[in-house]
Amino acid sequence: MAGDAPLLDVRDLCVSFRSGGRDVPIIENVSFTVCEREILGIVGESGSGKSVTAMAIMRLIDDPGVSLRGSVRFRGQELTTLPQKAFRHIRGREIAMIFQDPMTAFTPVYTIGWQIDEAIRVHERVSKSEARTRTVRLLGDMGVPDPERTANRYPHQLSGGLRQRAMIAMALSCNPALLIADEPTTALDVTVQAQILDLLRNLRTDYGSAVMLITHDMGVVAETCDHVMVLYSGRVAERGPASAIFTQPAHPYTAALLDSIPPLTGPRPMRLPSIAGVPPAPLERPPGCAFAPRCHYAHDACSVLPPLVRFAEQDVACILPGEGKALPPRILHGAEA
Amino acid sequence: MTDILKAIELRKDYRLPRGKTLRALDNVSLTVRSGEVLGLVGESGCGKSTLGRCLLRLTDLTSGTILFEDQDISRTNERALRPVRRQMQMVFQDSYAALNPKRRIGDLLAEPLRVHPDKNGQKRSRQVIEARLDELMDLVSLPRSALARYPHEFSGGQRQRINIARALALSPRLIVADEPVSALDVSVQAQIVNLFTDLKEQLGLTYVFIAHDLAVVRQISTRVAVMYLGAIVELGDTDTVMQRPAHPYTAALISAVPEPVIGASDRRILLHGDVPSPVSPPSGCRFHTRCPKAEKRCSEEAPLLRSIDEGHEVSCHFPNL
Ligand SMILES: Nc1ncnc2c1ncn2[C@@H]1O[C@H](COP(=O)(O)OP(=O)(O)OP(=O)(O)O)[C@@H](O)[C@H]1O
Ligand SMILES: Nc1ncnc2c1ncn2[C@@H]1O[C@H](COP(=O)(O)OP(=O)(O)O)[C@@H](O)[C@H]1O
Ligand code: SF4
Ligand code: SF4
Ligand SMILES: [Mg+2]
Ligand SMILES: [Mg+2]
Repeated sequence: MAGDAPLLDVRDLCVSFRSGGRDVPIIENVSFTVCEREILGIVGESGSGKSVTAMAIMRLIDDPGVSLRGSVRFRGQELTTLPQKAFRHIRGREIAMIFQDPMTAFTPVYTIGWQIDEAIRVHERVSKSEARTRTVRLLGDMGVPDPERTANRYPHQLSGGLRQRAMIAMALSCNPALLIADEPTTALDVTVQAQILDLLRNLRTDYGSAVMLITHDMGVVAETCDHVMVLYSGRVAERGPASAIFTQPAHPYTAALLDSIPPLTGPRPMRLPSIAGVPPAPLERPPGCAFAPRCHYAHDACSVLPPLVRFAEQDVACILPGEGKALPPRILHGAEA
Repeated sequence: MTDILKAIELRKDYRLPRGKTLRALDNVSLTVRSGEVLGLVGESGCGKSTLGRCLLRLTDLTSGTILFEDQDISRTNERALRPVRRQMQMVFQDSYAALNPKRRIGDLLAEPLRVHPDKNGQKRSRQVIEARLDELMDLVSLPRSALARYPHEFSGGQRQRINIARALALSPRLIVADEPVSALDVSVQAQIVNLFTDLKEQLGLTYVFIAHDLAVVRQISTRVAVMYLGAIVELGDTDTVMQRPAHPYTAALISAVPEPVIGASDRRILLHGDVPSPVSPPSGCRFHTRCPKAEKRCSEEAPLLRSIDEGHEVSCHFPNL
């Protein structure tokens, strides 16, 4: 296939749920691409629609009141209209997903080795012993100590970090081209998180996989991702290369979010620059820009929904660049970077 | 600075099934100075919450001594403890679980004011209580109308303000905050961290601030204590500990924090494995199974917490100096 055609191409994805007789728009017109071997970070505060985006792509939303619009193409093939059976070939084999809580991926009654063996055998015709050989190698690759023995243990017998590694091993068992990881390190301690992020960073070279990494932690994105998409209240606020977004965020929300993170080095401010208020609930989004009630720069023109426009290297849903205004200044810089 | 609270050789064992015990705190000594913010950091299960609860006598000690302004409260019964209880309060992580969902905010906040007598030993009148409730709402920047509403009507950040207001009701001098911002989104977390800072200045409070997020702890604390498997491994001024960590664990912990800066991961010290089970901690130095600097002596002999510099203590045979 063409070298730079995206692996995953999501266009104008909209997901809404029926609730109290109304359609509640959860995510609106979310578009992004993931290229081969790329790590895309999807970042946003809780409720911004990160998980719903992932679940929609994986067709894992089984709410009868859900309505889904837009297009999800994987290697050029439309997934949203693919028959269930054909889709099952892609899910697990081409696109795999891991979650914050590994217990959701494993059944408590079987050993993790048995479960990974089965995941392999669902998609490939291999003998039990061949599958086990691969399982053990995968577990070892994921940094699980003593993989032969660990394979024979039950999920609850493992620590959180080991369970997370086992889940990643299972997700990688069929060598997927894309791994969707929804807050994979949120429940882990920082020293273990560092190990798992290291592992995810190396997947592209070791397994040739691209990763869509969902997190609420800007630090995790900066350390792991090539590209970033910032969601705010179900919409794309800003999208672009991590290097650009972390150096010069173009959306006032991104800038304010980065500023509100206490710095680990350098001078300590007396008070943190904080954003007043909270993101609006889906039904309470103001007309126009959803960030307007909290934005320093809000003015009349912001009451019309700002489209995504190109600014520098990123795409930004804010009226300011179009008005030729300066970018929001950073109040505080994390480190001397 | 005077000391408000002093903990001496605290030990806390939890009994487990099949006759096992888990030593959640092993020989922990520390002093909380009046007017400071002592940050308590460490990974899950290292004993931060247990220590916080022990300091406030919300749980019994297995052994050790706690002095609140020189008064030994380690074994005082609940009745005799009451006047001290007013002086020390706790704020928890889970803002929702801490609030009875069936009761209005005003009612929840009035409770401690009804139960405890005022400074002169008198029961507070309704007017006094109502005036105090308004004052509390102002302190935490919530509208007074919030008093008539129920917990579920508020966001996580607002509920945390309510919990803080409740902790402040009796004008305590010491607040132990156990992961008070961990469940909040960053933008809201910054608001609450600022609120803690403002209240401390305004009311002359002292905090023990528990968190696993080092950046948050650095922001708010004057001193930091780092815990690993039930023990304090390093203690010192925030800037000293953060800039020149002497314990290899502290150094690794700081380097593991993902920073929102491109290229920050280059200086990472990657530890191997997980924290061992506290039911059977490693021999000698408890960190030796993961320590990049471990030598033979480390698995044989437990290092003691000792002073390596003015106000800087570390328990390691081979500290980074
Ligand atoms: N009631 C209890 N019974 C038995 N063990 C307990 C009890 N409470 C805590 N522990 C154990 O004591 C140790 C210290 O627990 P503690 O809750 O103080 O840790 P922590 O540092 O606050 O962790 P976290 O960051 O996860 O909140 C842990 O191993 C925990 O499992
Ligand atoms: N099945 C559902 N029915 C109705 N609302 C839902 C459903 N699943 C998620 N939501 C709502 O969608 C929004 C986004 O949720 P989610 O994608 O889980 O956010 P996050 O960014 O934290 O992962 C939230 O407001 C959530 O309450
Ligand atoms: S469109 Fe207006 S309100 Fe929205 S982020 Fe830009 S300046 Fe702020
Ligand atoms: S005593 Fe040894 S094992 Fe423990 S922290 Fe120091 S160097 Fe590492
Ligand atoms: Mg989510
Ligand atoms: Mg705790």
